[in-house]
Amino acid sequence: MASLSEEVLLVVKKVRQRKQDGTLYLMAERIAWGPEGKDRFTVSHLYADIRCQKISPDGKAKIQLQLILHTGESTTFHFSNESSALKDRDAAKELLQQLLPKFKKKANKELEEKNRMLQEDPVLFQLYKDLVVSQVISADEFWANRLGDMNNSDPTPYNNKQDVGISGAFLADIRPQTDGCNGLRYNLTADIIESIFRTYPAVKQKYGENVPHNLTEKEFWTRFFQSHYFHRDRINTGTQDIFSECAKQDEKGLKSMVVQGVKNPLVDLLSLEDKTLDEGYGVSTTTPSTSNANRTVKESSNAAIIKRFNHHSAMVLAAGSRKGETPTDQASETSSTDGNSRDSDFFQPPVKKVRLQEAIEYEDLQRENRLKTVALNLKKSDRYAHGPVPLQSQHYTTSQDIINSVNHIRHEMVNYKPNLTQVLSSTAASSAITALSPGGVLMMTGTQQAINQMIPTEVQGELKHLYAAAGELLRHFWSCFPVNSPFLEEKVMKMKTNLERFQMTKLCPFQEKIQRQYLSTNLTGHLEEMLQTAYSKFHVWQTRRMLRKT
Amino acid sequence: MKLNIDGLLVYFPYDYIYPEQYSYMLELKRTLDAKGHGVLEMPSGTGKTISLLSLIVAYQKAFPLEVTKLIYCSRTVPEIEKVVEELRKLMEFYCKQTGESNNFLALALSSRKNLCIHPEVSSLRFGKEVDGKCHSLTASYIRAQRHSDPNLPSCRFYEEFDSVGRQVPLPPGIYNLDDLKDFGRRKGWCPYYLARYSIMHANIVVYSYHYLLDPKIADLVSKELAKKSVVVFDEAHNIDNVCIDSMSVNITRRTLDRCQNNVDTLQNTISKIKETDAAKLKEEYRRLVEGLKEANVARETDVYLANPVLPDEILQEAVPGTIRTAEHFVGFLRRFMEYLKSRLRVHHVVQESTPQFLKDIFEKVCIDRKPLRFCAERLQSLLRTLEIADIADFSAVTLIANFATLVSTYSQGFTIIIEPFEDRTPTIANPVLHFSCMDPSIAIKPVFQRFQSVVITSGTLSPLDIYPRILDFRPVTMASFTMTLARTCLCPLIVGRGNDQVALSSKFETREDFAVIRNYGNLLLEMSAIVPDGIVAFFTSYMYMENIVASWYEQGILENIQRNKLIFIETPDAAETSMALEKYQEACENGRGAILLSVARGKVSEGIDFVHHFGRAVIMFGVPYVYTQSRILKARLEYLRDHFQIRENDFLTFDAMRHAAQCVGRAIRGKTDYGLMIFADKRYARADKRGKLPRWIQEHISDGSLNLTVDEAIQLSKHFLRQMAQPFRQEDQLGLSLLTLEQLESEEVLQKIAKIAHQT
Repeated sequence: MASLSEEVLLVVKKVRQRKQDGTLYLMAERIAWGPEGKDRFTVSHLYADIRCQKISPDGKAKIQLQLILHTGESTTFHFSNESSALKDRDAAKELLQQLLPKFKKKANKELEEKNRMLQEDPVLFQLYKDLVVSQVISADEFWANRLGDMNNSDPTPYNNKQDVGISGAFLADIRPQTDGCNGLRYNLTADIIESIFRTYPAVKQKYGENVPHNLTEKEFWTRFFQSHYFHRDRINTGTQDIFSECAKQDEKGLKSMVVQGVKNPLVDLLSLEDKTLDEGYGVSTTTPSTSNANRTVKESSNAAIIKRFNHHSAMVLAAGSRKGETPTDQASETSSTDGNSRDSDFFQPPVKKVRLQEAIEYEDLQRENRLKTVALNLKKSDRYAHGPVPLQSQHYTTSQDIINSVNHIRHEMVNYKPNLTQVLSSTAASSAITALSPGGVLMMTGTQQAINQMIPTEVQGELKHLYAAAGELLRHFWSCFPVNSPFLEEKVMKMKTNLERFQMTKLCPFQEKIQRQYLSTNLTGHLEEMLQTAYSKFHVWQTRRMLRKT
Repeated sequence: MKLNIDGLLVYFPYDYIYPEQYSYMLELKRTLDAKGHGVLEMPSGTGKTISLLSLIVAYQKAFPLEVTKLIYCSRTVPEIEKVVEELRKLMEFYCKQTGESNNFLALALSSRKNLCIHPEVSSLRFGKEVDGKCHSLTASYIRAQRHSDPNLPSCRFYEEFDSVGRQVPLPPGIYNLDDLKDFGRRKGWCPYYLARYSIMHANIVVYSYHYLLDPKIADLVSKELAKKSVVVFDEAHNIDNVCIDSMSVNITRRTLDRCQNNVDTLQNTISKIKETDAAKLKEEYRRLVEGLKEANVARETDVYLANPVLPDEILQEAVPGTIRTAEHFVGFLRRFMEYLKSRLRVHHVVQESTPQFLKDIFEKVCIDRKPLRFCAERLQSLLRTLEIADIADFSAVTLIANFATLVSTYSQGFTIIIEPFEDRTPTIANPVLHFSCMDPSIAIKPVFQRFQSVVITSGTLSPLDIYPRILDFRPVTMASFTMTLARTCLCPLIVGRGNDQVALSSKFETREDFAVIRNYGNLLLEMSAIVPDGIVAFFTSYMYMENIVASWYEQGILENIQRNKLIFIETPDAAETSMALEKYQEACENGRGAILLSVARGKVSEGIDFVHHFGRAVIMFGVPYVYTQSRILKARLEYLRDHFQIRENDFLTFDAMRHAAQCVGRAIRGKTDYGLMIFADKRYARADKRGKLPRWIQEHISDGSLNLTVDEAIQLSKHFLRQMAQPFRQEDQLGLSLLTLEQLESEEVLQKIAKIAHQT
């Protein structure tokens, strides 16, 4: 199974698996283990198949690494090199940590994509059942063509992977657990780390600066969780904390956001009041003095919490929509850097006008001129709101659409004018009519009441599926021509056998079946014809190849 | 559609109308016919503004001699702009229907900050700076000086307006703030002064409360507005506080120090002028002998020389001899200041009435009541004579002079409280003299007296009868309209207990109770899991919110909430809060959902609407009582009891409930909108609280939802939200909460409508 050019990323010796000593190999796409002294692998997992890895706790005597697969199986490796077991294990762990997410995403994405396609397209699903499930061709072959097609025809929605936002509570998800002896343990996953980095760019910067030359990764995160930065309600203890700078940077960021002001004039509290009272007038001018000296420690920590939540939420929001933001940012930049408020005025009105118009709109007082849609008429709305809802997506044509198209056709018919100069000559026309009338040349073979009345629907359905499957196989077959590479050669051979197998396993039984039911046999005539054409093409090609070889 | 409102042809710029809009117009018409005042409550989102505008414009067109002008007062700048946009819509409809071009002039007026187009001045951030800078360019004596020294800076927009703009009246049309600016830029005229000048002949003026209620501004801007005007105060539920604010003064040590500097500057300038230009001072003296009449004709640009309300008799009299010469007056001010300083040196709280204060001042420093009354006028005259350029710095001495005039003019309705320190920090000396107005009717009285009809309206004015009492006027109509609904789109629930049966309340005794705080947290957590998009939660005060947020944080409740929605929190800093608000809306827009924690009586609760998905649920944690330990409030309560026979508790509850109603009302802005209103305090269940909620909220509180646990509330909410999420079409509303013209003409419907409007 080991192919020739596999890049080996890491080799760890003295790894036991099922009480057997051996060597662990981490390769570009899979992880493998082979017992000592043999040159084949008894264990081999593709990274894409691995759901997660687990490691034994630090204090344990046995240093182990467990891989859990998507299927639920698990494999445990025991690192038994006395001197460097821990190091070995960590090296393997770290490498896996980097590799797994890459494959995970790929695998999931593809699977999802395939699943979706099958669900949306019943014909495809049937085809899949006919060809793959009955093992006419392999699943890979089936998809190889399909996915490529999809990607080419409509690249945008599939190639661009959609950005996933960040959960607002990712910090809450890092649940510290006591380890029993006065300490806390935080479990970090790659997702959480990425969330932290995306939400707090300052931390990412720190990470880049300090890891790995000043601190190990573990130390870095330990300090992060100890820091005042993480626990905002704690009062700053010292300046040696590497995160105090982050806090300052955040503060600055928050301030700049505040200074930039808001784009929607309706929520701008600063310009809400028209005329403020002069200083000294008014009842409640004794605002609680904001100078920090007066505030108690508790109050200022409370204020810090509030600030933190606002900042956190803003950052999470920004991290999710960074891309869409850019154009608007630019607009606001041009207006703000200008400094001259007259120019910024020119930018302002459209937004403001629109907002004002929205605010004074009473949609129900106006006559509706929206598209008429089909209203869902519920006899029991409770049943709808609370009962089980089947998961189905279907596309309806609105009745408005139908009415529109009928109108359209009617309109066309009214305006229809035959173009009399370009019609057939009268002789040609009359011969066509005779050919088409009963008893004519073209009406010889089938009588009008043909297939749909003569043949039971079940057979019809089967025929349809056969056509679809044959079409698919033939498509594969014909797509190999011109055969100009060894790969295509191989494929064309395979497709030929596939076609033959199809004829044997599917078509022949069907033929026998309709013969048994005494139906006209030429139902499958066309199918056979198609297959024959393919075969003859194949033979031509093969003989030509033989000639060339000799 | 064209309506017949009691014989008046009213153009209404929509195809359909809500029944309550019709009744509202009917009631409004009666008020105008009677030339009296009215109090009208109609829920927000039922098109109050457009009904008001349609009817009054129609009235103006029909009886141009009866009602010459509409003065529409609103609270915030966005509100003002909204009103003008609605008016524009109405006028466009008129033009389309009648085919005539519009001959109405309607405009919005706002402060210089929102209207200035001078490149340097308008780039300043704060309103006060803009005013000061503008003044230093356009004050009359500065412009006079420029005749001799043309190098002085000037504002070309003002100059252009002054030389040309006054002759050419603003052409008819609808001018919003931006339109005024555009127009100003095109013509090279100052939009602010253009607007101020044009309100005299405009048919409709839209501006903020202060232009009518703050005597310092009203005196300059609105003094000459025609008597036959209709004045509308929209969003008037807080009007009494606006009145009180505009008449109250606070004096701290800092004020006095700055005042001291001012007086020194005055002294120096006087002695300088005396050497160079003695004639000028003599001229002023002569003028003062003649009386204030002439001095009172101030040029419009001298905004800073404003004065508080002066009774007419003062204007007839001459300034008393003791303060007539400039030096004497400065000496007089010094003495008054020293007296105030000595009063601030107290160690305990002092509270006294104005007569007591006057008696004391007479005994201590021999200052009589009469010269005190003229203080403001006298200072104004002096500042003008001395031609001091940088007038913004003289706000301290102006404040002191205004205080002197007010304290000597009103023997009732005011109280003086001197506090040596803040209650929270008794060790830090920070003496403040509060001169506090307790009678809102003083500031609004001139408005009621002068104008033919004054309409007070809002979504939340319940109980209606209290407003005429505290504002001291006699309305001809008082009505509260409910919201007719084809589906019950609001769901008020009173959550009185936690799941563990702990009574929920924000009352003082249980404020720190962890069980209550935890249950409040659970309520928010559970709601965050079932409510789509935005939730707004209001707390009774900022302090309370800070404490609760801190303990929710410690208990990990906030973390759990974050799993469902993002959290944004109001802060005392307006800029920060604006940002949080915008982010909140963004989070609601993009589907992530968010929670805004906010404070009743705060800026958010007063000015920001949470339409549709921006607020699917409002949670009111506790009853937002005002801080009752404040001495000013106590004095006011006493005054209300003695003079208006309103019991303290009644007023406090009324005040708390109107703020609660404001908060929860933020979420419902129309019949197509829907939202939960959760009152999380068991005290809401009591009849005296519940009864003070607006009728349109009250009638949807069922007996079953008076004392719910958190779980029960969640169940009801789930049900409600699922029902509301069903499509809601116009046909569902027609005939019930939406009427066509034909329906409106039928007798039967009219009778039904008549029932809706409750005369109270």
